[in-house]
Amino acid sequence: MNWLPQVSPLTVVLIPFIGAALIGLAARSWKTQQLISWTTSALFLLAVLGQLGAVLAGETPRQLVWEILPGLPIAFSIEPLGMIFALLASSLWIVATPYAIGYMVNGGYTSLARFFACYAIALGAAAGIAFADNLLTMFIFYEILSVSTYPLVAHTGTAKARQGARTYLGILLLTSICFWLPAMIWTFIATGTLEFAQGGILAGHLGPTQAGLLLLLFMFGTGKAALMPFHRWLPSAMVAPTPVSALLHAVAVVKAGVFVALKLALYVFGLDFLAEIPLTDFVLYVATFTMIAASLIAIHQDNLKARLAYSTVSQLAYIVVGALLATQVAAIGGGMHMVMHGYGKITLFFCAGAIYLASHKTLVSELDGIGRRMPFTMAAFLLGALCVIGIPPMGGLWSKWHLVTGAFEAGHAVVLAAFLLSTLLNIAYLLPPVLRAFLKPLPEGEPATLKEAPLMCVVPLTLTAAGSMVLFFAAGLPHRLMQLVFA
Amino acid sequence: MAIVDLMPFSVLAPLIASGVVALLPGRFWPWAITLLAAIVATVIAALTLPAALESTLSYPFGNWPPPIGIEYRVDAANAFVALLVAGMAALSLPWAKVSIDREVPERQGAFYALFLLALAGLLGITLTGDAFNVFVFLEISSLATYALIAHGRDRRALLASFRYLIMGTIGATFLLIGIALLYMMTGTLNMADLAVRLPEVQHTRTVDAALAFIVVGMGLKLAMLPLHLWLPNAYAYAPNFVTIFLAGTATKVALYVMVRFIFTVFGGEYSFTVLPLAIVLMALGVAGMFAGSWVAMFQDHLKRMLAYSSVAQVGYMVLGVSLFSAAGLTAAFLHMFNHALIKVALFMAVGTIMYRIGSIKLQDIRGLGRQMPWTLTAFALAGLSIIGVPTTAGFISKWYLILAAAEAGHWWLVGLIVITSMMAVYYIWRVIEAAWMQERPAGSPAVREAPLALLAPTWLMVALNFYFGIDTRLTVGASTAAAEALLGVGGLMP
Repeated sequence: MNWLPQVSPLTVVLIPFIGAALIGLAARSWKTQQLISWTTSALFLLAVLGQLGAVLAGETPRQLVWEILPGLPIAFSIEPLGMIFALLASSLWIVATPYAIGYMVNGGYTSLARFFACYAIALGAAAGIAFADNLLTMFIFYEILSVSTYPLVAHTGTAKARQGARTYLGILLLTSICFWLPAMIWTFIATGTLEFAQGGILAGHLGPTQAGLLLLLFMFGTGKAALMPFHRWLPSAMVAPTPVSALLHAVAVVKAGVFVALKLALYVFGLDFLAEIPLTDFVLYVATFTMIAASLIAIHQDNLKARLAYSTVSQLAYIVVGALLATQVAAIGGGMHMVMHGYGKITLFFCAGAIYLASHKTLVSELDGIGRRMPFTMAAFLLGALCVIGIPPMGGLWSKWHLVTGAFEAGHAVVLAAFLLSTLLNIAYLLPPVLRAFLKPLPEGEPATLKEAPLMCVVPLTLTAAGSMVLFFAAGLPHRLMQLVFA
Repeated sequence: MAIVDLMPFSVLAPLIASGVVALLPGRFWPWAITLLAAIVATVIAALTLPAALESTLSYPFGNWPPPIGIEYRVDAANAFVALLVAGMAALSLPWAKVSIDREVPERQGAFYALFLLALAGLLGITLTGDAFNVFVFLEISSLATYALIAHGRDRRALLASFRYLIMGTIGATFLLIGIALLYMMTGTLNMADLAVRLPEVQHTRTVDAALAFIVVGMGLKLAMLPLHLWLPNAYAYAPNFVTIFLAGTATKVALYVMVRFIFTVFGGEYSFTVLPLAIVLMALGVAGMFAGSWVAMFQDHLKRMLAYSSVAQVGYMVLGVSLFSAAGLTAAFLHMFNHALIKVALFMAVGTIMYRIGSIKLQDIRGLGRQMPWTLTAFALAGLSIIGVPTTAGFISKWYLILAAAEAGHWWLVGLIVITSMMAVYYIWRVIEAAWMQERPAGSPAVREAPLALLAPTWLMVALNFYFGIDTRLTVGASTAAAEALLGVGGLMP
């Protein structure tokens, strides 16, 4: 990507924020808002891609923005793991933009300026987390992300939406302030720095027991990674309009959570030190439990979005497990799973939204025969489901491959068994909607004529479904970036 | 004119102006002259600070050389506090115009004259190097403050003012007794001179008693738990502008006097061995943090809620002092400054609400977020600062306090600070929740957004909260210098 200009990291982060401000200023003209949304997401993607060449060449572009206190700067650095997250968020944002426009207009929603401004801010915050060079910068953007998505979750303004949004914001803020912030302070007092460094900064500064407590604080403090028992916010957030659930609660917000978990494991604790900490196994088993328990809950959800939400909780736990297995292969698998699951899950959410737009159906039990009316959507749903399950020819295969190998290498038989069991459970809750749609007859009175959602919605979901298949062949890029993390 | 000769005018400008203002009729000129005097005081204080950071400044009144005459003696500690006091007056006066026109419609000349007296008194306490002078200025500012509080439109303001008068007078009397005991033992009133002469008579019952009297007396003025009882009602029922000014300055100056006596006059080593200050102040500070935050969580009257929050914030400062280290004192001074910024912003937002709807009960502000979005957003942003979210001023001082606690090995304090911050989350959240997530009560009239004359100063304060949360050169630099001046051998010595 050397033909793209490489701008400074701060510029990349600022693009969505500026876009949001412009959308706010253009509150009168819906045409202008659309134009700005498109331009911002395109510029953001180009700016992120512009960094790729340097990162692949093994460089780490750095930028010190401002030193608040000695040792507490706002600073950015673009390392490979952050690059993966930024690529994921930026490439899906540009696909989600038309979907969001189509969905919000056809769904009859109002206050669109606020919606698209907050949408952009959330992406900017995600970029800030991806490129943060230290824990403080990360924390600031993490909180911006929590707060900026609150109006999106509560968008409809109904009592139910406000209740869900309160749970959402409450859990995310409380965990981060009660656990994450003290953990950050502890880290600073123990090591004198908050800066991420390859191989970790804690080794030699804290004993294994203390470090274990710190790990607990950090991992449960990262509420966005949805480790049980702090996962309730994610199902609550499903009251949001579907574009929010799709881009934010399948990609930006939750991936920010697991990205933070991976970053902590790799750049604060360091895999070698992590393996020495006795409590690592405890958190590992909490994550494994989350993985299975969330899948079991998902099977019983009749509401399609709720089912997908619990599926997300389960899949996030995969990535946390990948981080905590403390082997290189597992961490690579965790990083790759961010991408694979992102593409797969956004497709599934896009489909759920398209089904709602076209036929106002929200329950799995209502989907009988809908494949005859919405063949493209349901075909995409199948591809997305296969990607999340991890069946070839979908990208999800490669990440699960690495995760399972990692569990095997680390000698965690329980985790290995859990991976396999969870894959079976994935099939049990993701395939029935497709089977119902194609194999069961339509209910009485519904004609078997083609009735897809608007084109603005169907094209994006086709693209992401295709993307998750392309990732089967193009898994080399995320894999290479993850290997660079250990270079 | 050298800065040393200019320095006394930051006290004299408001003092002289108060005489003028008292005679002025109407509503515009008293306010304008007051603002002018406050700006003059601020400019002089701002010019003094850099000079005081370099070396201690001394101005002998009437050219009587100290310790015979009265001198103004300014080092980093009091220059910083003086800038804070004068700056808060200058920043809050633009807000005052519209609000005072409503709350004190008659005889504004007298009102502003009293305000200027209070300001001159606080600045005098801060700048003077003479112990008895401290008492005199304390009485000037206190008497003016009692009268200002009594201007509140609520009849309960009279009772609150009377209560503060009783307790404030006891505090001032204790200070006077302490100073008198010191004078008995040393024959001098000049603080620098006292610092030199006290070691000869140390560890006598009289000097020990003097220290105890001064600490307790200032603890009263500082509203340190359990001596805080005057504060909530005084803040709640005073005119909004008076509350804003008091919250930003009065308790801070009392804390300054306390640390000046503890560290400079008596010497930190002596004070902390004679009285168990490390334990007592730490216990009272922590108790204040918890009790203040706890009570604030259940207040429906927003000004009372913020007042109790102030009790808690005073606890943080006292805690910083109790650590008896450079880091702890730095944290105390930082929080002094940052808390003034935070509370002024919060009280301005609350005062703005009161201006529009005439009430600040939690049940009356339900649903107000959609009708007065700018005001309540300002409140929410200032609320972030009192919680201590990174990029706000509140984070900086809490960060330093936590580092100081950890440096002293008090790990448990870190946990307590985080817990009290969570309590702050709760009491700020209740307001946000009521304003944005509940419906406007049926039958309440539609409200317009507040006038720009109130919003602009409020937002300026909110912006300052974020500015000083990011650019910490001034605050951290001055606080560090202040702590060094107090702890250094003879902070007042040339």
